[in-house]
Amino acid sequence: MKKLYFLILCLFLMFTTKSFPLIEVDITRGNLNPLPVAVSSLFSSEQTHSDLKKELKINDLGLEISKVVENNLRQSGLFNPLSKDAFLQKPEIAHLKPRFEDWALIKAQALITGKVIFKDDKLRVEFRLWDVLAGKEMLAFAFTTVPRNWRRIGHIITDKVYERLTGEKGYFDTRIIYVSEKGPKTQRIKKLAIMDQDGFNNKYLTLGNELVLTPRFSPTNQMVTYLSYFRNLPRVYLLDIETGIQEVVGDFPGMTFAPRFSPDGNKIIMSFAKDGNSDIYTMDLENRIVERITNHPSIDTSPSYSPDGKYITFNSDRSGYQQIYVMKSDGSKVKRISFGNGLYGTPVWSPRGDLIAFTKLHKGKFYIGVMRTDGKGERLLTENYYQEAPSWSPNGRVLIFYRETKTDDDGRGFSAKLWSIDLTGYNERLIDTETDASDPSWSSLLTN
Amino acid sequence: MNLSKFYKNTFLIVLLSLVLTACATQKKVTTEADVTTDETTDIKEIGAQILNDVYVGTEGVNYLAEGVPDRVFFATNESILTTASRETLRKQAAWLRENPGVTVVIEGHADERGTREYNLALGERRANSAKDYLMTYGISSNRMSVLSYGKERPVDSGSTPLAWSKNRRSVTVKAN
Repeated sequence: MKKLYFLILCLFLMFTTKSFPLIEVDITRGNLNPLPVAVSSLFSSEQTHSDLKKELKINDLGLEISKVVENNLRQSGLFNPLSKDAFLQKPEIAHLKPRFEDWALIKAQALITGKVIFKDDKLRVEFRLWDVLAGKEMLAFAFTTVPRNWRRIGHIITDKVYERLTGEKGYFDTRIIYVSEKGPKTQRIKKLAIMDQDGFNNKYLTLGNELVLTPRFSPTNQMVTYLSYFRNLPRVYLLDIETGIQEVVGDFPGMTFAPRFSPDGNKIIMSFAKDGNSDIYTMDLENRIVERITNHPSIDTSPSYSPDGKYITFNSDRSGYQQIYVMKSDGSKVKRISFGNGLYGTPVWSPRGDLIAFTKLHKGKFYIGVMRTDGKGERLLTENYYQEAPSWSPNGRVLIFYRETKTDDDGRGFSAKLWSIDLTGYNERLIDTETDASDPSWSSLLTN
Repeated sequence: MNLSKFYKNTFLIVLLSLVLTACATQKKVTTEADVTTDETTDIKEIGAQILNDVYVGTEGVNYLAEGVPDRVFFATNESILTTASRETLRKQAAWLRENPGVTVVIEGHADERGTREYNLALGERRANSAKDYLMTYGISSNRMSVLSYGKERPVDSGSTPLAWSKNRRSVTVKAN
């Protein structure tokens, strides 16, 4: 996770032909015509090939990296990676100078080529993005890293391509922290787990001895805050995922829960429950100063900062039912923003700042939706028996959440899974996990 | 010729709309019938066990001593104690007075039809509701601690109103 060891990102070449009207992908609405793109296998010499095979036990690393890119592009719903069987040009030659007619023939509009070099225990990967119809190079980069980071190279390439073609930052070189679940519904065993955004490199961070809930990434990425029932005392914890060191946040005489980081990563905002009343507090991680933000006899929970840190959205039942509120970060100017039919929970401010995602319960159905920060323009993206807790991709384009199934009359058939959906309401996808899963939280981009 | 075509078309249209109406009507009737049957079964099955959205049965209930149930139940999103709950808690208070050395944990629980974080708060509120009542009957707060599990530890894993009603509870557990 340390930015140091993972990458020496060298900007090798960067041609951006701005004068020419090159291909663009419209991402403002559900994309019914994903852009056909050819991802050529990344070329490597015979020597590199056999060296890498020894080092990583992978037959053709260039091919594997290209598959990571293809899979990312497909999952985004905006691109249609073409089958490699149809490719006419060899990776080596394509990377030097593509024969655009060949790629146009198979209807590719964009082409990605690359080269893998292994030297002095370092993996060096070059890649180029080509506009097939215009016959131009759009992007060229090279990265150097340790070999075992090869999947991340695939993610970074996807981010560069995505950004060049959509005009928005990508979200592929990211990770998801979540709660892995096992066992019967009445005695679930829950562990913290972390994986790459595409489901690979899954790792468990706790053993399952105590109940753990609602992990959230710090915007600086090395820290996670979550709720643990260690010694039957439910408290907010801070965990360094590099070192594994954890500590309780603050010294509260009761349950603390629903933690999140402030956008600068310096504070934890959370609920503290005492005598049947939950209010919102913050703790500064440097000087350990605790501040009370709300003071109301109702339940105030699920706080989330705006990206500029000036506002907080939260969940309260002060009107009698669960609704969404916004206030200034000092707790002043509290304003209810949800006024539709039903109950509203888990508000999360978009990283772009303009929307709040939420869970809604109406007539026995659960919805994931978004509204503007003044509560107007409510849009429901997906309806289900049970789903909640959306978390934004760092570019504010995709939401990840979890869904639980209804059990049968004998209480069997329960499952919990992670799903994602685009802000447009299209491209709903199940995220594969080894075990049942809930409470996902999306990291920010590991590289910028 | 033209006229006969006109009649033919009109006839077709009328026939078609009749068929379509018939379909629509039939479907509607079936749906309504389904709903009615469902509700009847529900009432038959759970009528005796749920009163005003609060579980009044005994399934899963443990006893702290003879005649002293360990738990009370709540309506959806509520933490108000019913008359029956108060009676149960008075029995618990009497038992606690008779056993002054005993300390307890009061666990608060919610059903699965709510967001996780709100349910944690709701469980805490329910457990405190029970604790406060025990305090008014002279039990020192030093002997009681509360622990909310939210929706994490249901007793019934079903997805029915009856299962949910059993899970909306506060349970007094002997801690020593």
